[in-house]
Amino acid sequence: MKKPEDTRVVVGMSGGVDSSVTALLLKQQGYDVVGIFMKNWDDTDEFGVCTATEDYEDVARVANQLDIPYYSVNFEKQYWDKVFTYFLDEYKAGRTPNPDVMCNKEIKFKAFLDHAMGLGADYLATGHYARVNEIDGQAQMLRGVDSNKDQTYFLNQIPKEILPRLMFPLGELDKSEVREIAKKHDLATATKKDSTGICFIGERNFKEFLSEYLPAKPGEMQTLDGEVKGKHDGLMYYTIGQRQGLGIGGAGDPWFVIGKNLEENILYVGQSFDNEALYSDSLEAVHLNWLTDIDLSEPIECTAKFRYRQEDYAVRVIVDSDKDQANVIFKEPQRAITPGQAVVFYDGDRCLGGGTIDRAFKDGKQLTYLA
Amino acid sequence: MKRVYLDYAATTPLHPEVKQEMMEALDGTYGNPSSIHSFGRESRKLLDDARSIAARSIGADFSSIIFTSGATEANNLAIFGVARAYAHRGKHIITTQIEHHAVLHPMEELQKEGFEVTFLPVDESGIVSVEAVEEALRPDTIFVSIMRVNNETGMRQPIEAIGERLKEHQAIFHTDAVQAYGLEKLDVTSFNVDLLSVSSHKIYGPKGIGFLYRNDDVHLAQQIFGGEQERKWRSGTENMLGIRGFTKAIELLEKEQNERLMHYEKLSKQFFKGLNDFSIDYHLNGTREEHMPNILNISFPGVEVEMFLTNLDLEGIAVSSGSACTAGSIDPSHVLKAMYGEENDRLYNSIRFSFGIETSDEDIQFCVEKISKILNRLIPSNTRG
Repeated sequence: MKKPEDTRVVVGMSGGVDSSVTALLLKQQGYDVVGIFMKNWDDTDEFGVCTATEDYEDVARVANQLDIPYYSVNFEKQYWDKVFTYFLDEYKAGRTPNPDVMCNKEIKFKAFLDHAMGLGADYLATGHYARVNEIDGQAQMLRGVDSNKDQTYFLNQIPKEILPRLMFPLGELDKSEVREIAKKHDLATATKKDSTGICFIGERNFKEFLSEYLPAKPGEMQTLDGEVKGKHDGLMYYTIGQRQGLGIGGAGDPWFVIGKNLEENILYVGQSFDNEALYSDSLEAVHLNWLTDIDLSEPIECTAKFRYRQEDYAVRVIVDSDKDQANVIFKEPQRAITPGQAVVFYDGDRCLGGGTIDRAFKDGKQLTYLA
Repeated sequence: MKRVYLDYAATTPLHPEVKQEMMEALDGTYGNPSSIHSFGRESRKLLDDARSIAARSIGADFSSIIFTSGATEANNLAIFGVARAYAHRGKHIITTQIEHHAVLHPMEELQKEGFEVTFLPVDESGIVSVEAVEEALRPDTIFVSIMRVNNETGMRQPIEAIGERLKEHQAIFHTDAVQAYGLEKLDVTSFNVDLLSVSSHKIYGPKGIGFLYRNDDVHLAQQIFGGEQERKWRSGTENMLGIRGFTKAIELLEKEQNERLMHYEKLSKQFFKGLNDFSIDYHLNGTREEHMPNILNISFPGVEVEMFLTNLDLEGIAVSSGSACTAGSIDPSHVLKAMYGEENDRLYNSIRFSFGIETSDEDIQFCVEKISKILNRLIPSNTRG
């Protein structure tokens, strides 16, 4: 076992409070900490201002406070090719992609991990709220103890072989504790606002952003019975189960997006949150990834999350290893299963792995409009 | 941790004698050189002495030196000053693709103002040809700005020959001589230049001071308005502390120039020998001819520059590459792009090593050993050492 001072830990520093505290904690433990800022997106605006510049300045300030070296690495090209292209392709296909899952898979825990190893790192650390613990001699991914912040959902696609090389010091902490530590040590980022939304869109209007890259095709909003309820701005702007922005007035229950017909460019809407058309009892997942050694020949009884910050639901997973897909059967019908999002499996606190939701079914019949 | 600084082309430390001079200056007179009283006169005398020394160092007249905050300001004054004073004669300007950003960016601003700027290409060795300048010249060309020694490659440009050719043309000729100043005796007469910029912090002087040489016949539109210091070309109370440190650095330069050059040549030879001894695969960007020995821009096939630079710094070796962008990421060098084209691998695997008076044989040996160690880790197959 190497001594901490001989153990190099590369920390991915974003200029936010979480990664700042990550670096601080590792420095306190005596590791040889190296901070690296990743630049994945060029967001230079019309005035030549780039938020990456400000974020990098924050990394520099914190790194100087901690007396650790800091550098940056540019993955703009890889991010565009592997994450953004996927993001647009999914929207084009009428689905709702999860770029954070893809970014972790392709950039942070692949390109960036390689970069860290090239710098002689023993470990890569990030500010994710997740834990890697050794259980029965095997590194396992566990939920972060702050159940409200747990980010294992976004980490479901990383290869299990790299788990022994990862450190997530925040996994043992509550977000409020992280803020407190930052304040106590007077870190430059202690009171910085958390970033929200998709990193490359930031505070900008989502519709506007997407319209810069994909042509919007306005069309009709209809009920499943074919009654026209108005116009939509382009199917890609809507997510299954969404209520806001439909502009359908009148009496009765509020209206929700209940489906999309890509071929005919129709947005299906229906009344009430609990609209029956939104419910399914199983789904088909693809791009399966397992974070632990698990017997796939038998059905797996576990819990699952179908979107971030949702409770777990009991499921039975039947894996077809040859086709790299799984049938996920719900104990109770689920509302607004959204193709393109991740389905992530858990056994208690242990994150087993996950996949991408491809199709949803009700009574054995595919819900074709849930795209 | 042992650290080796090999980024003297970015900036140099203060020479101990410069520091001594500045300490004395801090305790000395504080009068404003423009004041009419005895305090002012004391400072005026020091300023005059400094101006004489600066002028002498480039074979120029006392009245031709305009002290500025550095070469960026000197270049801006030359470029905007000439363009705006001579716009009535024409709107065409010639420069090169390999200039420092302190020239390129002002030129881009002039383009927005309606000037037409020709950015001349260079050959693979990184040198612009006199013929290219000749061909680009037009009757309405009012200004030509070409650097003497390139800051990334150390390649020297044929300023004398270009100046000779421009004698018969109305165009005002400017050279950015920042990198050349510490390496060769500059002479504005043999260069045939009208304007020349230098900086103090590249010759072991303090930061924040430099000068623009201006031939008496050249008009400049004022860029900074105020108390009309520096014969109105650069308003603002003189930075006497900087000027005194700078002057000392100039005097030391004149005394030690040959010795320094020989030192750099020795280090450069040793560096190449070291790379060869470790069987490291490399290419010099540029050529050995017309090359200043204190700057070695070297391409290492198979490495990725961000990774390599970071590794070198973690080993205590300070070098650079291209120009640092604001978010800390590295933009491919516009100089190497001009030399080798947009697609060349050299844009992404080249490092600039630059030596100084404090660089020792041991530093070079240390650096080469670390390079070998890092390369063996990053690309084991590419080195045999």
